[in-house]
Amino acid sequence: MSIDRRGFLKIAGISTILGVGGISAASGLKNWAEASQVMPNPEALKAKRWGMVVDMAKFQTDEDYQRCIDACDEVHNVPHINNKKEEVKWIWKEKFENAFPGNEDPYLAEEIKELPFLVLCNHCENPPCVRVCPTKATFKRESDGIVMMDMHRCIGCRFCMAACPYGARSFNFRDPRPSINAEKENPEFPTRTKGVVEKCTLCYERLAKGLQPACVEASKGALIFGDLEDSNSEIRKVLGSRYSFRRKPELGTQPSVYYIF
Amino acid sequence: MYNGGKIIIGLIIFVALVTAPFFLSGKKATAKPDPKVDTPEILKLPVSERKCVESKEFMTAEHMKLLLEWRDWVVRDGDGVYINAEGKRFDMSLQNTCMKCHSSKKKFCDECHNYAAVNPYCWDCHIAPKEKES
Repeated sequence: MSIDRRGFLKIAGISTILGVGGISAASGLKNWAEASQVMPNPEALKAKRWGMVVDMAKFQTDEDYQRCIDACDEVHNVPHINNKKEEVKWIWKEKFENAFPGNEDPYLAEEIKELPFLVLCNHCENPPCVRVCPTKATFKRESDGIVMMDMHRCIGCRFCMAACPYGARSFNFRDPRPSINAEKENPEFPTRTKGVVEKCTLCYERLAKGLQPACVEASKGALIFGDLEDSNSEIRKVLGSRYSFRRKPELGTQPSVYYIF
Repeated sequence: MYNGGKIIIGLIIFVALVTAPFFLSGKKATAKPDPKVDTPEILKLPVSERKCVESKEFMTAEHMKLLLEWRDWVVRDGDGVYINAEGKRFDMSLQNTCMKCHSSKKKFCDECHNYAAVNPYCWDCHIAPKEKES
């Protein structure tokens, strides 16, 4: 079949018009969806940089620790796996020598040496886990400094676990659902699936509703939560009046979790 | 035509094999999916309130894209509230908004997803509402 120049131009012209028309018809639906808007919940708690102070003087009995740990586990459907290698931890107890390695002086008081410290993700200013994540599944929220996990994007490579100097990240070696107490399951929060890494998210979902993190609420004042960049906040007043220390400050990650005695 | 008889017999066998599934599966096609929107939670609402986040046509065709946008807005941007074309506000949450009305995953989600043989992984993590006996 041969085609002369006139015929070719006709076909080309008609198909161009059809093509342009087709695109604009298809984008109509898209524009409709984009007419909708999103905004943060007006009740949400806001800060420039969230931080936490752990007042170790107020942790006297085992119950004081367990209250905070249980509150977190129940709100976030954290599985209980009785196997050190596969356990999942968001907030947990750590011995002094493991929480603060390099600080165990030879004549350190026995009670401090044996005292368990409550540890969690430090939500670092300069988080090494975020630097190594190949999919940006873990990222630092610029609005308030929370180091977040986007489970939808995690591919389970575990680079972040190797990078985190605080051991704050846990891998789901198996489906966590059978290890969650079905009666205490929180139906408003997802579980995780096999093959993703999880950690404390500073209760971003509770902050968005205007609530304090679950551990802070359960701690009866032993955990102080607030905005580190607001000089009038309670947390800044505590930090300004008492000696505080952080985990592994020499690494330059700038943790947001402080400890006081 | 060389070997015409053999070729024609071969063709008949070929056509019979290819069309066999249509004859063997019986006369009736798989029932068309019929996702149920008559959950007790929806029936409790006054008729004027029985509206989804967007129009029915939009949700049928585009719900997967909407959910994809929602998850990024909530998890990555920290925006929790969706304002639809009519100006109504919704919390963007699969578990706490969608499934509060569509309270049966079996009769609502699986109905079409099984028919279309799609297998979204939402429920690997998200907790589906408990199926009530009815």
